[in-house]
Amino acid sequence: MATVAQPEQRENPLVEGLERLPVHPTTLAIFGATGDLSKRKLLPAIYNLAHEGALPERFNLIGISRGEQSDEEFQQLARESIEQFSRRPPDDQVLSSLVGRMRYVTGSFDQPDMYDRLGQALTELDEDADIAFNRLFYLSTAPSFFPVIAKMLGERELHRREGSEVRMIVEKPFGTDLESALALNRELLSVFDERQIFRIDHYLGKETVQNMLVLRFANEIFEPLWNRSYVDSVQITAAEDIGIGTRAGYYDQSGALRDLIQNHMLQLLMLLTMEPPVSFDANPVRDEKVKVLRAIRPPTPEEVPSMAVRAQYGPGKAGGEEVHGYLDEEGVPDDSTTETYAAVRLKISNWRWAGVPFYLRTGKRLARKNTEIAVRLKPVPHLAFQQQGSLGVEPNQLVLMVQPNEGVSLSLVTKIPGARMAVRPVNMEFQYGTSFLSQSPEAYERLILDTMRGEATLFARNDEVEAAWAICDPILQAWSQMPGPLPQYPAGSAGPKEADDLLEGDDRWRPL
Amino acid sequence: MTGLETPGVWSAEGTSPGAIEAALRQLLEQQYQESEAYVPARVLNLIAIVDREWRGEIVNRLERLGRFHPSRTIVCALEPRRDRLDAWATMTTHHGSSPGSLAVCEERVEIEMGQRHIDGLDTIVDPLIVHDLATVVWSPHGHDDAVDALVDLADVFLIDSVEAPAPEAAIARAEQLLQTGYVVDLAWLRSTPWRERIAATFDPPGWRPSLERIEEVVVRHHPESALSALLLVGWMASRLRWEPGAMLQQNGSMLARARTRKHEVKLRLEPEARQSVPGLAGITLATSAGVSLSLDRGPGGLAAKRRLRDGRESNYVVLGASRGETGILGEGIRQALLRDPTYGPALSAASAMLGSA
Repeated sequence: MATVAQPEQRENPLVEGLERLPVHPTTLAIFGATGDLSKRKLLPAIYNLAHEGALPERFNLIGISRGEQSDEEFQQLARESIEQFSRRPPDDQVLSSLVGRMRYVTGSFDQPDMYDRLGQALTELDEDADIAFNRLFYLSTAPSFFPVIAKMLGERELHRREGSEVRMIVEKPFGTDLESALALNRELLSVFDERQIFRIDHYLGKETVQNMLVLRFANEIFEPLWNRSYVDSVQITAAEDIGIGTRAGYYDQSGALRDLIQNHMLQLLMLLTMEPPVSFDANPVRDEKVKVLRAIRPPTPEEVPSMAVRAQYGPGKAGGEEVHGYLDEEGVPDDSTTETYAAVRLKISNWRWAGVPFYLRTGKRLARKNTEIAVRLKPVPHLAFQQQGSLGVEPNQLVLMVQPNEGVSLSLVTKIPGARMAVRPVNMEFQYGTSFLSQSPEAYERLILDTMRGEATLFARNDEVEAAWAICDPILQAWSQMPGPLPQYPAGSAGPKEADDLLEGDDRWRPL
Repeated sequence: MTGLETPGVWSAEGTSPGAIEAALRQLLEQQYQESEAYVPARVLNLIAIVDREWRGEIVNRLERLGRFHPSRTIVCALEPRRDRLDAWATMTTHHGSSPGSLAVCEERVEIEMGQRHIDGLDTIVDPLIVHDLATVVWSPHGHDDAVDALVDLADVFLIDSVEAPAPEAAIARAEQLLQTGYVVDLAWLRSTPWRERIAATFDPPGWRPSLERIEEVVVRHHPESALSALLLVGWMASRLRWEPGAMLQQNGSMLARARTRKHEVKLRLEPEARQSVPGLAGITLATSAGVSLSLDRGPGGLAAKRRLRDGRESNYVVLGASRGETGILGEGIRQALLRDPTYGPALSAASAMLGSA
C-alpha cells in the first residue's frame, strides 16, 4: 500500500527552556467593552499581560459597544479603567503603547452593519501589519446576545479565516436551564466548532483551584485516602458577606443555584472527585470531569425537598450595621421567590464515591466571605487513650481554602503537653502565598492568555455545561412549583436552619 | 551579651551558630504569640556573602524584593580582621492590605565574621539553614573562597556574570559552579525578554524555515555587558546547532563566525555607549532570504523592525515593562526554584567563542 509522505512540521528549537511560550499575533475584539466586567477585569488583565511581556508580539484590541464614541474616547476609558483596577500600578509607557493599539466600533450587537465595520477594522489591522492575526471574540454582554453575535459573525464570515485561528470566549451564565443551554450550544455550534468556543468560568483560572489537581495528583499521600473507604463527607462552601448590591435585575432572574452552584461549585466538585486524567490536555481532563457529573443522578421532583434547600436573607446586621432583607432591596419584587441561599446534597454513584455525601452551599449576606472545600475523613475505629480532660477526638479534615485565604489546612489530633494523654485537634496549615515567591496572576489573565494559545483545559466543554444543568434543572423546576414565601435567614448569620435537614447522620455544617 | 532587644529582633556579640539557631526558634515562638494566623511556610534559604563595608547596599537590595524575598536569608558580612562572630536576627511577616492577600514570612540573620572564619563557613551556616529547602548562595562582592566553602550546602549559585572582571573568568567560574549545582545567572536573565521575542518571531510555522537561513547576528550591548551579548549568541548557537568559532576584537566590537550544516553565520557584538543600564541594547538578525528583524530597547517595550525580501518594512513595539535591577534580582531568586536546561549549553557555546573551551 502506498503511503503519502506528510510535510514535516518543524519544531521551534528556540522555545526550549522558556517559561512563556510564544503566542500568535492576535486581535482581541471585546463585545460589551464599556461594561463593568470589561472595565474591572478584562482591560486590567490585558494590561498586566502587556506589562509582563506576555501578550503576543503583535496585538490589537477592538472595543465594541452600543454607545457612540471615538477611538480616542475609548482609549481614555480603557486607560482610566486600567489605572483604577489594575493589580499593579501601570507603567505609563506600556499603558500608552497598549491603549494606542485600541480601536472602537460602535453599534448594536444585532445590527448587520456593525459587523461590516468590525470586519473592516479587522481587515485593516491585518493589512497594516501584513499579518493574518488570530481573532478572538470576547462576548462580555448580556447572555441574550450570545447567539445573536455568533449568528451575525457567521453571516459576515468572521467566524473563520484562512491562515489564522478564530476563537470565541463566552461569559457565564451559559443558559438559564438545561433547555436554554442546549439551545445556546446548538446555536453557537451551528456557526463555530467546539474547539473554537471557550466557555469561561473564572474560578478555573484561580491558582488555588488549579492547585487542587496538583495536590491530588502530584502527592502520593492523598490518593490512597481519596475514596469512600476513608472520606466521610465533603462540604463545598461559597459564602459571601455582601448582598446583591445594584444587581437586582440580574440576580432576581438568576438566584444562588444558577449563579454559583451550577457553574463554579460544580466545577470545584468535579476537580475534587474526578479520576486521574491520562494527560493534562484539554479533552482528557474534561472527559474525566464530565464523568463525575454523569455519575450524579438528577433528583426526581419528589426527592428535591430532601436534597435541596433554598432561602432568602432577611433583615440583619453586617459589619455592625443594620442591613435590609432581600425583599427590601431596591429592584426586588415584594413577592420574589428567588433564593439568595442554596444548599444541596449530592451523591456520586461510582466506585470511588458511592455513599459519600457532598454538601454544596452558597449564599449572600452570610457571616463572612469564605470559599472552601472541606474533606472530612472517617474517624479512627478505636481510640485506646481517650482520657478525661481531652477536647475530644475529631476526625481529620483536609480543607482546601480558595478565597479569601488561599491554601490547605489539615487538622490533626495531637497530645496536649503534660502528664496525661489528653488530646486536641490542631491545624497544620499551608498558605499558598507564603510558599511561593511571586504574586498570583488574576484569573482572567491566565484564561485570556490560554485562549490566545488555544489551550482549553481550563474551560467548560459543551457536554460539561449540559451535564451540570441536567443536575440543577430538576431542582429549579421543583422549586418553581413550590409556593413562596421562602424561608428567611438573618443577614449576617450562617444561613437558614432548614439547611441542617440536608445533613446525614452526625454531619454538621462547618462554621463559616 | 545577648537577648531580644525589641519584639522580633535578637542580637548578640561573640556568639555561636548554636545560639543564633536557638534565637530563631525563640523568635518563631514569639511570632506565634503575636499572631495565631502566623504560618511559617518556607521556600528557600539565601546565603548572601558580602563585604561588611557594603552590606547596607546589599541589604537594601534584598529589602526591595518584596514578595520575591526568600524565607530565610543569612547575610555573612566579611570584615578581614574580625576574629569573633557578632550576629542579629529578625523574623517578620508582611501582611497584605486586603483580606486574603499574600503574606510572606521573612527570617533574616546577619553574621559579621572575619577572614579566619571562611575555611569553616559551612559549619557556621549549616545549623542555620532550613533543611529540605533549596539553599541559594549569592556572593555579589566576589569571595569565591567563601562560596567554595559552601559548595556542599548549596543547591543553587546565584551569580551575575557581568560583574566579573573579564568574560573569560566569568564563564570559567560559571562552568565550574555548574559542575556542583545549578546556576542562576542574572546576566542570562536579563536576556530572557530578548530570547522570548526571538523565539516568538520564528514560531509561526511559516517562519521556522528562516531559522536555518540566518546568516548574520548583531547584538548591541551596554559596554560592560559584553557577556550578556555573548550568552545570547551562545544560546542561538546551541539551540540552532551552530559551531561557533573564536571571537576576534575589531574596533571595539567582537566578531566571530559560526558554521551551520550549510553555511556560515556572521556574529558581531557591538558595545552601545548610549545604553545606561546593564544588559542588552538591541539585536539584528538577517537571513539569506533577504529578511531582517531588529529589536531595540524603546519606550513601553522593545521597538521591532521587520524588513521583508521585497523591501517592505513594518515597525511595532513589543509591549513589556522593564523589570529594573531589583526585579532582575527577584527573578533570579524565583528562578532558583525552576530549571532552565538551555543555560549550560549557551554557556559552553560562549566559552567556545572565547577560546576557553
